[in-house]
Amino acid sequence: MENTTLISIEGLRKDFPTSGGRFTALNGIDLKIGKAEFTGIVGPSGSGKTTLLNIIGSLDSPSEGRVMVLGQSISDLNVKQAALLRRSKLGFIFQSYNLLPVYTVFENVEFPLLLLKLDDSHRRKMVMDTLDWLGLTDKAKSKPAQLSGGECQRVAVARAMVKRPEIVLADEPTANLDAANSHNILKTMVRLNNEFQTTFIFATHDDKVISYLKRKISLIDGKVLKDEITNN
Amino acid sequence: MKLLFKLAAKNLIGAGMRTWLNVIVLSISFIVIIWHKGILDGWNIQARNDMINWETGGGQYRQKNYDPYDPFSLTEAHSNIPASFDSIVSKGEMAAILISQGTIYPAGRIQSILIKGINSDQKILKIPSSQFTGNNEEIPALIGRQMANDNGLKTGDLVTLRWRDVHGTFDATDMKITGIFETNVPTVDLGQVWVPLDRLQKMIGAPGEATIIVKKNIETEVPSTEGWKFKTKEDLLKSITDLIKIKSVGGIVLYIILLSLAMLAIFDTQVLSIFRRQKEIGTYIALGMTRGQVVGLFTIEGALNSVLAGLLAALYGIPFLAFQSKTGISIAGAGKEYGLALADKIFPAYSFGLVATTIILIMITTTIVSYLPSRRIAKMKPTEALRGKLQ
Ligand SMILES: Nc1ncnc2c1ncn2[C@@H]1O[C@H](COP(=O)(O)OP(=O)(O)OP(=O)(O)O)[C@@H](O)[C@H]1O
Ligand SMILES: [Mg+2]
Repeated sequence: MENTTLISIEGLRKDFPTSGGRFTALNGIDLKIGKAEFTGIVGPSGSGKTTLLNIIGSLDSPSEGRVMVLGQSISDLNVKQAALLRRSKLGFIFQSYNLLPVYTVFENVEFPLLLLKLDDSHRRKMVMDTLDWLGLTDKAKSKPAQLSGGECQRVAVARAMVKRPEIVLADEPTANLDAANSHNILKTMVRLNNEFQTTFIFATHDDKVISYLKRKISLIDGKVLKDEITNN
Repeated sequence: MKLLFKLAAKNLIGAGMRTWLNVIVLSISFIVIIWHKGILDGWNIQARNDMINWETGGGQYRQKNYDPYDPFSLTEAHSNIPASFDSIVSKGEMAAILISQGTIYPAGRIQSILIKGINSDQKILKIPSSQFTGNNEEIPALIGRQMANDNGLKTGDLVTLRWRDVHGTFDATDMKITGIFETNVPTVDLGQVWVPLDRLQKMIGAPGEATIIVKKNIETEVPSTEGWKFKTKEDLLKSITDLIKIKSVGGIVLYIILLSLAMLAIFDTQVLSIFRRQKEIGTYIALGMTRGQVVGLFTIEGALNSVLAGLLAALYGIPFLAFQSKTGISIAGAGKEYGLALADKIFPAYSFGLVATTIILIMITTTIVSYLPSRRIAKMKPTEALRGKLQ
């Protein structure tokens, strides 16, 4: 499993300004994450999971330390370069799905490809293949409001996966799903991880998610407490 | 850019009710502005044409003593038509008018009037001077419809006319109404009696003389002549032009109010939607849109309101405006008291320029109003937008 390193973090520290000075959400993080990993950042609420995921996803920047993602230093990216990195290499999955309500399932999944300016027929095929993979073909014309929570999250996974990103970042992807849907979506992601060698990084405290992880990074108060390979 | 337009159109139409409210308000602004301005333009064109056709021609030479606001100047305000004009007059490119004071006695009442002598074969003004018919006994006279109504006169009536000749001696004879003309120009109608020029010259003892000489409305040079001053067409039309200008200012106030209402609605929608759609904005950014693109998206979304409004306005506006410009708008009676040319019906004139400037004006203001609140997006932190926690 230890092949190419996609993400390398050294001495990462993240401070947030607060009314009483500043709050250190991440403190001295050192991590390496390789290709095709299925890794979870786990820890109690407020431990800094989302903050870490956001920095890896170039949505936020480190206060100190070095975060290299796919060979690029997050602190050195300007907003445009960061957008380009996300657009072409990263996929996001959110707790509350964040689908675009006025678009159909097809259009939601197509969106990342539109940003990449892929041509029509190419785009169509990629969307249809991905929908097929996720068993959403017959929902292509539905609007998010007509879908169940599990279906919405499947659409979100499809949207994250459609451009075959190097890394998928999933923040509490199962928090709004029942057990059956959670297992369903996790199995799908394991399948995608195996099939496309996509790196998955979760932020979670859900035992169901944890049971699928191949590597578990435990975070407490902004520090890595344990980093263990699990036997899944 | 094309992508942003596509997305914006989708979002806008997806927004439903609110969009349509904005679009309806905006489309009404479109129509009212074009309609109102069309009426003013139509009125302006009509009134100017009427004035030119009935009164001012292409400008007037006025005898140096003539003061239209002082009837007592008339006794002095006539002299020989310059000999240099003879050929122009005979070519039909100038018409001489002699003006004198007089009194008529219709049905036992007394009314002071202006007697205007004009050549029966002139074709410069619409005064139907060819209707100066009849024997040499009575003086053939033409009056306007308003004058006829005010004094209860009809064609064929005989009325006593009294005037003073150049020596101040009173004289009187009967005149016969040989025609009544319809005009929108009160200054050739109210209190005026038109008679043949040669008769008036003989009556007051001023052969070969005139008070004003009207030029045909064509572009020719204006030779200057001793004892006569030339008033250009625009000088003579100033009163009507000024009135229209005043009305236009009133119109601008109306447009500003209407546009402000529409813009307020759009601004409000934009502010609200940027606030409510933080998560969506965060999602766009997470999916790899630049903030500039998101600002652009929201600006286009707002600006597209005016495109939809334009389409909607075209849908019900074109038939409405076309109907109005065909049937005209009745404003019977209004404006006669201004002493200005005003038809009973105004036919609105919608020029291409009017429609184009209105569309451009509304599109630009809509875009600006949409852009201003959207700038906030550029300052958002994507992590906070995603959490939907911005105030
Ligand atoms: N923008 C911010 N400003 C100030 N403090 C922040 C900000 N974002 C996060 N924090 C703080 O940083 C800490 C870590 O937050 P983070 O969202 O990363 O936690 P988490 O591990 O994802 O928690 P949860 O499981 O509840 O999602 C929290 O104490 C939070 O209050
Ligand atoms: Mg979190």
